[in-house]
Amino acid sequence: MRRVNGVEIEDTFAEAFAMWGTRLVVTADSLEWARTAASAATGFATSIIGCGCEAGVNELGAGDGTPDGRPGLAVLVFTMSRKDMEKQLLLRVGQTIMTCTTTACYDGLPRGEERLKIGGKLRYFGDTFQRSKLLEGRRLWRVPVMDGEFVVEESFGVSKGVGGGNFFIMAADLEHALAAAEAAVAAMRAVPGAIMPFPGGIVRSGSKVSSRYKGQNVSSNTPYCPTLRGFEKSELREGENAVLEIVIDGLTEKAVAEATRAGVAAACRDGVLRISAGNYGGSLGQFKFALHDLLPG
Amino acid sequence: MMCIACAAAALDRGGVTLTRKESSPIPVEADSICPDRFAALGPSDIARLPAFYGRRQVTLGDLFEIEGTGAMDITVTGDLAAVKKIGHGMTMGRVTVHGPVGQHTGAFMGGGELVVLGDAGDWLGAYMAGGRLVVHGDAGHYAGGAYSGDTKGMRGGTIVVRGSVGREAGAHMRRGLLVVLGDAGEFAAAKMLAGSFFVRGRLGRRAGAGMKRGTVVAFGEPAASLPTFRYTCTYRPVFMRYYLRRLVELGLVAEGELEGEVFRRYIGDLTNGGRGEVLVRAESE
Repeated sequence: MRRVNGVEIEDTFAEAFAMWGTRLVVTADSLEWARTAASAATGFATSIIGCGCEAGVNELGAGDGTPDGRPGLAVLVFTMSRKDMEKQLLLRVGQTIMTCTTTACYDGLPRGEERLKIGGKLRYFGDTFQRSKLLEGRRLWRVPVMDGEFVVEESFGVSKGVGGGNFFIMAADLEHALAAAEAAVAAMRAVPGAIMPFPGGIVRSGSKVSSRYKGQNVSSNTPYCPTLRGFEKSELREGENAVLEIVIDGLTEKAVAEATRAGVAAACRDGVLRISAGNYGGSLGQFKFALHDLLPG
Repeated sequence: MMCIACAAAALDRGGVTLTRKESSPIPVEADSICPDRFAALGPSDIARLPAFYGRRQVTLGDLFEIEGTGAMDITVTGDLAAVKKIGHGMTMGRVTVHGPVGQHTGAFMGGGELVVLGDAGDWLGAYMAGGRLVVHGDAGHYAGGAYSGDTKGMRGGTIVVRGSVGREAGAHMRRGLLVVLGDAGEFAAAKMLAGSFFVRGRLGRRAGAGMKRGTVVAFGEPAASLPTFRYTCTYRPVFMRYYLRRLVELGLVAEGELEGEVFRRYIGDLTNGGRGEVLVRAESE
């Protein structure tokens, strides 16, 4: 049995799926306004089940300059198809970044496998007064707005990424589960190219892909609900009274693996009894992240 | 044993130097000094490439000492003041010219990099469609322009002149970026269709006359605005920050060589639709 800081690491794996991912760089006159725009752009984007995309904010590294040299952040967005990505980006860039004062939006994935025309469509907001600027192969659109101009890149790179990486934190009580999850998310936020799309990076309403109701495809992950122990077949052990899950999406398999490793390592602390991961027996997802491989003994 | 393609690639990797044999005011047309023409050729083949000495057809070997092989890195030295069309239509590689060099240098360039260590003549980068052209001295008239009677000049790529340029630089520009770190003569960006023209020094009279679209940026002494241009606002154009940063990243200008945050914006030429703009750095007024 493998233990880290006395916490059992279960010999299991997280099963993840291929998704399309993109990276936007949002800049503004201040980091506060860039964060405001990025937060709005990644709002209501926890799960593709109901939100159309999964999205989160990535801090830029100390050495990562922004295209216009102003303060900025990276926004990562994941969808199941390129068509969905185009729809989501047009909505989110148009309604949340363009509307936020002083912002600009640049392609953060210039070497993406494919490109989606986003600024090239949002430009029509300029009512024929928009102007393009082309420098060394990258085209910007300058859309006139009331505080000056909104600058947006013509197209954004998209690449096949990984969605649905995950791990569970089983603790003696909610206080310890939450403290461990918060520590995990803090450590994972330092990993470039990976996001935790749920509120605060933490999920409490994990789901299973079945339901007792007709027409409902997903329902509460009852085997992990401590209040149902005794009614349902439970995956929880004696003394495990609270479970929190962290879901990870990444632009690459490596980013998801690194974020999972960092998160699990940070979550192994007092009051946590076990770390596990969700899978479907390995039959559905293209990617598998074995916890023991990520945290070798 | 190498295949033909591998042998050609190996030949192209080296560098070749052409040194002018004599000084002469007689014009030389040397559009064959171009990486695309040198590809897969040895020194003797390069020496047989054609050139014009006055109106007489000669070979490069008649005019230049040729050393080394390789298409991707060409150096040209000697008295080049009357040598025209170096790098004409090049699409790849690097050409370094120890100027002063004659007219039409880099005209019709589609790619690659051409560096002139010295002054360049008229029609520098005329009709340029891609690549980078850097002149460390001054350039003559019509840089990035079009030939008389034509309506579309430079249509892509980047030209940086570290000195000054003559009149009608960027005239009829269709796309691309022309940066002048010295002064620009009169009628700069006249009849401009699109693209960007930055001047650090003094922008000459009648800049942007007849321009349809495009951007002229005066970082230095402001141009006397034509009456057919209208002031719109003073603001901080974000795209300028992007441009200035990219130019430094690309090594085309040094950090701090071009600076400016607040610009006064004039639109014009109202005689031609008024969709062009002249930005004048507000700090310089």
